Amino acid sequence: MLNLIFYAFAALTLGGSLAVLITRNVMYSAFFLLLSLIGVAALFVLASADLLAVAQVMIYVGGVLVLVIFGVMLTHKPKPETTTGPQAARPNYILTQHRAWLWPLLVAAGLFTAFYSLISRIHFSLFEHRAPFQTSVDTIGKQLMTEYIIPFEIAGILLLAALVGATYLSSQGDRTNNQ
Amino acid sequence: MDLTIFIVKSIIILAVFGISLLIATYSTYVERKVAAFMQDRIGPDRAGPWGLLQPIADAGKMFFKEDFIPAQASKWLFILGPALAMLTALMSSAVIPFGDSIRFDNYDIPVQGIEINIGVLYIFGVVSLGVYGIMVGGWASNNKFSLLGAIRAASQNISYEVALGLSIIAILMMSGSLSVRAIVEQQAEAGFLGWNVFTQPLGFIIFLTCAFAECNRTPFDLPECETELVGGYHTEYSSMKLGFYLFAEYINMFVSSAFISSLYFGGYHYPFMEQISNALTNSLGAVTGHNVATAIGTAAFFGKIFFFIFFFMWVRWTVPRFRYDQLMNLGWKILIPLSVLNIIVSASGLLFNGMKYASWLIVIVATVLAIMSNSRAPKGQVSPQRS
Amino acid sequence: MNASYLPSDYLPVLIQLGLALGFIITTMIVTHSIGPKRKSQKKDDPFECGIPVEGDARTPISIKYFLIAILFVLFDVEVIFLYPWAVNFKGLGVTGFIEMVLFMGLLLAGFYYIIRKGVLKWE
Repeated sequence: MLNLIFYAFAALTLGGSLAVLITRNVMYSAFFLLLSLIGVAALFVLASADLLAVAQVMIYVGGVLVLVIFGVMLTHKPKPETTTGPQAARPNYILTQHRAWLWPLLVAAGLFTAFYSLISRIHFSLFEHRAPFQTSVDTIGKQLMTEYIIPFEIAGILLLAALVGATYLSSQGDRTNNQ
Repeated sequence: MDLTIFIVKSIIILAVFGISLLIATYSTYVERKVAAFMQDRIGPDRAGPWGLLQPIADAGKMFFKEDFIPAQASKWLFILGPALAMLTALMSSAVIPFGDSIRFDNYDIPVQGIEINIGVLYIFGVVSLGVYGIMVGGWASNNKFSLLGAIRAASQNISYEVALGLSIIAILMMSGSLSVRAIVEQQAEAGFLGWNVFTQPLGFIIFLTCAFAECNRTPFDLPECETELVGGYHTEYSSMKLGFYLFAEYINMFVSSAFISSLYFGGYHYPFMEQISNALTNSLGAVTGHNVATAIGTAAFFGKIFFFIFFFMWVRWTVPRFRYDQLMNLGWKILIPLSVLNIIVSASGLLFNGMKYASWLIVIVATVLAIMSNSRAPKGQVSPQRS
Repeated sequence: MNASYLPSDYLPVLIQLGLALGFIITTMIVTHSIGPKRKSQKKDDPFECGIPVEGDARTPISIKYFLIAILFVLFDVEVIFLYPWAVNFKGLGVTGFIEMVLFMGLLLAGFYYIIRKGVLKWE
């Protein structure tokens, strides 16, 4: 039963990601990404990481993806004559160029090998015995505040830097593109 | 999970599902009646006694209208929009505890769809998905008004989500758990005055405001503000698709009322609950008495929910709509700093002798400041609004 | 309050999902099949208050909205960090509080900078 659910969500995740790659409409790929991210969140629940699952939904689905969609809406739609094909003239199509596939493929393959070798070499201490399904909120809270306090504060500084950077970028954009 | 428990859980979920649909349906009727009452009119009174069949007539009408899809819309996303809005609205009611527990044989089953440790976050996750229903629909319509409404809705929702998340941190500090049931139980420990609305008045006000904004209710209904945007994000919608958007709003209202009642008003607890439930168990026996006490608690919970639904309507016919810059300023420049201040003051209070009522300090200071600035302002002259 | 859970605790979520999906799909199909269908060129155009459609609806939106989304992501990350702290608030005590104030102070400094820069100003 549990395996069945796992495979269903894994299929959802993979199918969503494949659809993101295959569809040429940027807006559609953004919405397929939604499916894929939700599938990952469900996998987190099955992996006994409930806080991570919710964080995935709240940050990636509720935040980052909204950002992506806003970004798509922000971009100028190219004029129909610059893009080729019969579909480009239709109203709902913001198409990707989709020509250069060699370099992305190389990068993806490189990343995959790197991650795969990394993951296969890690020795998970909990790997042997069955994971106890415990809520991770308590543990994360305690560890974050004691053992991992330095990375935590560095994350705060990183967020601050991101805030400042976003402000800088937008003030630049405001001057040139006063909408 | 035991099969019996599983079946009972399924029945509870089915019941909650049906009840939320029923309440949402009748909210449309009550809303019109409340509006009529406030404006000294009669309201719907033709369909059935006191117009009670009006929602059913409306639903029938919606069903038989033309299911219209504009030529330039992207068809699948256009259908997906209202479906997503409805789906997210229906999903969030699962973690709300509607009552204590039902006892039969040797089972003791809580009246709740699912009891998970991260119930509060589950609701927030589903709420953050709620943006998509509007955004997908608005974008797919290929209409300028819809797109503007959708973008407004999306940025409004995400702006108020931050303050919404921050405002309940103080409650979590007191309960030490993210489970909605644990929060409800923790409020009951100190009796009637231990309800979070008394310990966290500021958090409650912030949460309530954000709940209004998340439901797109007046005074935050800019995404569908008809003077500027025709119908907002659902301009192009008709038939039951439009019905889904409107319906989702009422279900959201019901769920947020339930959530507010359980976070701040003790959920299914009511004053002198202990004594009443003791008296019931003594007179009716442990099993029946307990079940009757649970039923009374559930009734009390629904009473609170109905009050908040009424409150939503009351505000709708009282407060005018904000301007968009006012809305954003309220969300970012007032509510977020206030909720951070609330966290810090409450945390200090809790660390200092475990005092729960520290949040009142901010309320008192704010009230004093407001009175002072009011008395200093010249009489009989309204200061001009500046954006 | 037990801290452990089983994935099957989340099973009712799937039941509810199925229920909601069933309801939505049935309603959609029913309303699609029983309503009338009348098509015409004028009616299928986007609604524009009666005047002929002018331009494309896919105009670029203001960068303000994009910025709001960026800020939301950053603050959302902060809020997510606050939950585990708040749950363990009593156990962590003063040290945890000071550490969290430091963390929030960093973000609030950024927030103050944003407000001073006038990013959140709408005209």
